[in-house]
Amino acid sequence: MLQTALNALALGSVYALMAVGIGLVFGVMRLVNFAYGQLIMAGAFSLAVTSEHGWPDWASLLTCFAVVIALSLLMEVAVFRPLRNAPPATMLVATFAIAFLLQAIALMKFGSLGKVATIFPGLFDPVADSGRFATVRWVTVVAIACGVFAVVGLTVMLERTSVGLHMRAAAADFRTARLLGVNANRVITLAVVLSGVLAAAVSVILVIQTPLVVPSFALRDTIIVLVGVVVGGLDRLWTATLGGFSIGVATSIFTDKLPTDATVYVDSFVFLAVIAVLLLRPNGLFAPASARPVERA
Amino acid sequence: MPDAILELEGLEVAYDGVPAVRDVSLSVARGEIVGLIGPNGAGKSTTLHAVMGLVKAARGDIRYSGRSIRGRAPEKIAQAGVALVPEGRRIYPHLTVDENLKLGFAAARRRGSRSKVLGEVRELFPVLGRYRKRLGGGLSGGEQQQLAIGRALVAEPDLILLDEPSLGLAPTVVDAVFAALARIRERGVTTLLVEQRAQRTVALSDRTYVLASGELRATFGPADAAATDRLVAAYFG
Repeated sequence: MLQTALNALALGSVYALMAVGIGLVFGVMRLVNFAYGQLIMAGAFSLAVTSEHGWPDWASLLTCFAVVIALSLLMEVAVFRPLRNAPPATMLVATFAIAFLLQAIALMKFGSLGKVATIFPGLFDPVADSGRFATVRWVTVVAIACGVFAVVGLTVMLERTSVGLHMRAAAADFRTARLLGVNANRVITLAVVLSGVLAAAVSVILVIQTPLVVPSFALRDTIIVLVGVVVGGLDRLWTATLGGFSIGVATSIFTDKLPTDATVYVDSFVFLAVIAVLLLRPNGLFAPASARPVERA
Repeated sequence: MPDAILELEGLEVAYDGVPAVRDVSLSVARGEIVGLIGPNGAGKSTTLHAVMGLVKAARGDIRYSGRSIRGRAPEKIAQAGVALVPEGRRIYPHLTVDENLKLGFAAARRRGSRSKVLGEVRELFPVLGRYRKRLGGGLSGGEQQQLAIGRALVAEPDLILLDEPSLGLAPTVVDAVFAALARIRERGVTTLLVEQRAQRTVALSDRTYVLASGELRATFGPADAAATDRLVAAYFG
């Protein structure tokens, strides 16, 4: 029971981190970045390559963050910024193109069998040698701590700082924010960087849990989280985050509780629940009943 | 015009090839209140949007303090000292009154005391001091208008563009808004005022331009406020 709860909290936290990363960029750009999973995959491969070359864990960690943040910024500068005034469908297709491109590059470079990353192996150990915590791994605790830290840190940043206020204003009404002097490029760049930091953190956690890194690494998770943020309510960061967290918890509980021969149907059960929720609350599970889509220029 | 803070020269704006503003030339001197009146669809708001960089000028030039700002991004124009109070106020309903006001600092050019600036704005609009923690969406229309004007003033702009500040407000609230505009002028802020209330605008402004079908039709001085026939002729003539 304890293990089920902690596993659910851990997966919920990881998915919440991804939801915040997707939601931050959506908030300021109205763009659902389908290439988010490939950012995580790139971070995971950087961990695999650096660990394979015997780099110390801290150097692998820093490289992972640098690679993911640099890729995020490259996406923003090379693709999103030139397409900023393009129709939403164009932007959406562009993120699909980036996703396939990054996956194809990974396939060419590392092959379909991928690589094994060995980083912070101690975090895969159980928290205790015996007793109730013997089945709980340190990475589960780290995942929960990262989720809590990221959500609390982002809340403080958004609620207590000028740049956070600018981000909230830009997310609610980008055109008016620009009229007030809010620097559009600065706000978007910050959102992209923060989103990249979260993607890198997810890379590290997922790699510790699943050391085999293949080109489709984190793809399934990203699809589930994208569904989760829509179910939660994509128009607001906290509803998107709760959506990500909830779908993570639900997925983990289904995985733990379904009979072994039925676990292959976990996604089917999750998506059935998603369809039911969307039919009952089309604006999102956590969106206020009176919520309307925010205005965009 | 000597000491012009804003000059429009042969400004033309079109939406999908349909002209909305045609060959508009006007100027606003420092410290003035200049009115821009005209019927719905005359191109008044489009003119303000062109100044702020929200729509592209197809032809002509827009000079602010002697320098062309045509084609610059809205945030750059705001940071240069131009503030727009948009039609419909566009305050942030989910942010508090104080948070809405503090957004004005995004365009602030001076690094002076923020609390002093906020204090001055709250003095001008006492309601903003009373309801500091209230959500913007919880204010009445008149209070939201004061918040929108106050938010623009927080940036300490040299030029403020007001787009129909009295739209949809009760008569007593309109009186308060026009009184505030007079006080804003006393603070040395130049104002370009787009309004539907022609007579009040003419009476308040140093000079009022009439815009109809995208073209400047006439110019009035404060003494013309009672010349109703001429105003009507300029509107619909």
